[in-house]
Amino acid sequence: MPAPAPQKPAGLSFAVREATRPLWAVFGERTLTVLIYLCGISAIIFVLSIFIFVFKEAAPILLSSKFKLSQFLFSTEWYPTSEVNVRYGVLAMIVGTFTVTGVAMVIAVPFGIGAAIYISEFCGPKVKETLKIVIELLAAIPSVVWGFIGLTVMSRLIVQYTGAPVGVNILNGGIILALMSVPIIVSIGEDALKAVPDSYREAGIALGATKWQLIWRVLLPAAKNGLLAAVLLGVGRGVGETMAVLMATGHAVHIPNSILDSVRTLTANIAAELGEAPAGSDHYRVLFLTGVLLFTLTFLVNLAADVVIRGIKKK
Amino acid sequence: MTADKHIEVQDLRLAYGTKEVIHGITFDIYRNEIFGVIGPAQSAKTSLLRCLNRTIDFSAEATVSGTINVDGEDVRKVKDLYGLRRKIGMVAPLPVGLPISIYDNVAFAPRCAGMTKKSELDSIVEQCLHQSALWDEVKDRLDSLGTKLSGGQQQRLTIARALSHQPEILCLDEFSIAIDPVTTMRIEDVLKELRKDMTIVLVTNLTQQARRLADRTMFLWNGEIIELDKNDVIFGEKPKDKRTYDYVMGIFG
Amino acid sequence: MSADANKMFTETPLVRRKYRQEAIAKWVFCAMSAAMIVPLLLILSYLIQRAWPSLSLSFIIDIPVRGMKEGGIWPAFIGTVYLVFISLAVSAPIGILAAIYLNEYAKDNWFNRIINLAVINLAGVPSIVHALFGLGAFVYAARFGYSILSASLTLAIMTLPVIIASTRESLASVPRSFREACWNVGATRWQTIKAVVLPNSISGILTGVILQVSRAAGETAPIMFTGAVFFKAVQKGDLFPYHLNDQCMALSMHLYTISTQVPGVKESIPFATAVVLLGLVLAVNAAAIALRVWLRNRKKW
Repeated sequence: MPAPAPQKPAGLSFAVREATRPLWAVFGERTLTVLIYLCGISAIIFVLSIFIFVFKEAAPILLSSKFKLSQFLFSTEWYPTSEVNVRYGVLAMIVGTFTVTGVAMVIAVPFGIGAAIYISEFCGPKVKETLKIVIELLAAIPSVVWGFIGLTVMSRLIVQYTGAPVGVNILNGGIILALMSVPIIVSIGEDALKAVPDSYREAGIALGATKWQLIWRVLLPAAKNGLLAAVLLGVGRGVGETMAVLMATGHAVHIPNSILDSVRTLTANIAAELGEAPAGSDHYRVLFLTGVLLFTLTFLVNLAADVVIRGIKKK
Repeated sequence: MTADKHIEVQDLRLAYGTKEVIHGITFDIYRNEIFGVIGPAQSAKTSLLRCLNRTIDFSAEATVSGTINVDGEDVRKVKDLYGLRRKIGMVAPLPVGLPISIYDNVAFAPRCAGMTKKSELDSIVEQCLHQSALWDEVKDRLDSLGTKLSGGQQQRLTIARALSHQPEILCLDEFSIAIDPVTTMRIEDVLKELRKDMTIVLVTNLTQQARRLADRTMFLWNGEIIELDKNDVIFGEKPKDKRTYDYVMGIFG
Repeated sequence: MSADANKMFTETPLVRRKYRQEAIAKWVFCAMSAAMIVPLLLILSYLIQRAWPSLSLSFIIDIPVRGMKEGGIWPAFIGTVYLVFISLAVSAPIGILAAIYLNEYAKDNWFNRIINLAVINLAGVPSIVHALFGLGAFVYAARFGYSILSASLTLAIMTLPVIIASTRESLASVPRSFREACWNVGATRWQTIKAVVLPNSISGILTGVILQVSRAAGETAPIMFTGAVFFKAVQKGDLFPYHLNDQCMALSMHLYTISTQVPGVKESIPFATAVVLLGLVLAVNAAAIALRVWLRNRKKW
């Protein structure tokens, strides 16, 4: 049965063709668009500003005759307030940063990837949702609270179980940092595993593989770029962390002999001494230079992670 | 029918990056005719329409050369770009109901143009929904979301939206892909009514649809005009180009 | 015949071994997940237990007395509230507009790729470097001095990249077909954004901003050298104790101070401070997550 013919309305008005927008609307929109463009480039401006301002405060020391860049980077002698022989060597702090981050990664990477595998491959939707929320809340804990935990809870545990003289050391900082880095490793690791196409899983199961074989031989190799990126971002987090390591690793400026030694990281060093260095003094400028060093380190690590992630997206 | 040219296309070339997809085509469309465009997939039919209302500008890698004149004015040099887009109504292949109320869907374009009086907007909404054969089904629920309608209803809503800014040219790009035959028939009846008020460009994969509705049809293949003529020639026994005959007969597609 | 068919699917030792392997794998990975959560729960309960003697509403409203060895945390609490509000008042609008630029206006060219790179790197800058920047730029160069203004602006720069990223994600979740339908009827970019894109992404944007509340409240290093101080005399329960150019106390800074710089503090006070800060942060985040889950069920398409 043919559909009934549509009703023809009585005369179309031509009002829309004559309509114009009020001037304030046009002007307002143009202004808003300019504002939007400005905010867009603001991100670049702020990143560049960070580098510029930090470098600006640090730069004069590089030109000073009392300062040698090689001594800065490779000497372990840090005596900024000495009256007779001022020395600015941050090697001990560099080692401190990397040992604490290293210990943290040794703990966080296996557990983090294990949890990512559990969330991605094994658990049901309700458990998955709950776990992801818990991990998100874990990530929200402020670093000063972690530092406090290191100072009080972890310190007592370490002294009790390892007989170390002092509870604030590399192990303490490493454990705390591991707990702080796990969420980012889990979250990005889970994304990496989710990105592996289901066809890989189906092929593996069709060939008779167990879940474990599937994970070990198929999924992990396929996701290795994303997992690498997750680890790199975790390292970036660890190198840049300030308050937690300031409170949990102690204050000794030396190259550690064991995991139970206290150390100072680059970040903690700045935080501990910036308040006492008079503005514009050499000490002040060297601390800013340490900031430049940190900025460069984390920039390189994040760049590497970004390149690795972009490499995956291209596939 | 007057031979008054509404749209003149001269040596239009379109390239996406380094790949040219429209290779210098020239043709005219007359006022108040239904102009069919047929051709296999990937013939740049949709791209042609996008050049017409300049939504091609949103594709970053697209470069256009040649001219398209609407009412004698080059679309790329027109002063009021949004006015041009309102002059040309566009109906896309896949139905799109905006996630706002049905009333707002149809009132959207007039509001963007600057209309605010409720009585005027009310009458436009009612007229356009009548013309797109949707009024009876939605007149009681103009407040409900446009995205909750069925596919066929959403396509008619899209047509109502296209009519809401009183276009002089209505372009339909394979409008019947996602809707059922009965609704398609209803809309085809609407188009036959609408040609009194506007020029219609009908891009379609269904050669029989062009045969039913169009006055003249253009066979576009791989970005080149194979043949352009009155319907009785294109769909008749002896079109000028053998490929036209093959395509219409369904020997390739 | 059916007896033979049954024989094909009975469990062989190989199949039983496979099931066992799979079960073992599952429990190993489950244990690894639990290994992060269980210690955390234990730590939290220990903190609460130690904090219990001091935890009460008056703890929050009272001011610290006797050199901060006793009393409450009101100046720090209200200081944190100020810092969070001012920093988000700056970073949320800029971040949202920047994200609108990146997702709605920017073409895919080298300039915008640099902007993207800039946002990613801004997100990875260590908090102490933010502190150095705040010191060099706001305290000294802009002459704001040690003040809430400097500290808030430093925090704003910290939260900016994450707000940009989460806003972009919300904007991108609106399908392109909606935008094209709007452009086809002659709407400008902004008219499209105002009518269709923003209303449907505002929920995600809001969630992103709320999540930054907890970050701004928890950071210490950036405010330590730009405007937060050890101690400031404030009236108990005063809602407006600070002006923009005043220095202030803050919960995060206070926790650091009384756990490392002040000897002889009553033991439960630092724990109680930590619990209050933690509670604040977790409550805000939980609210944002709940908002996100609720909104996901109200999708309009």
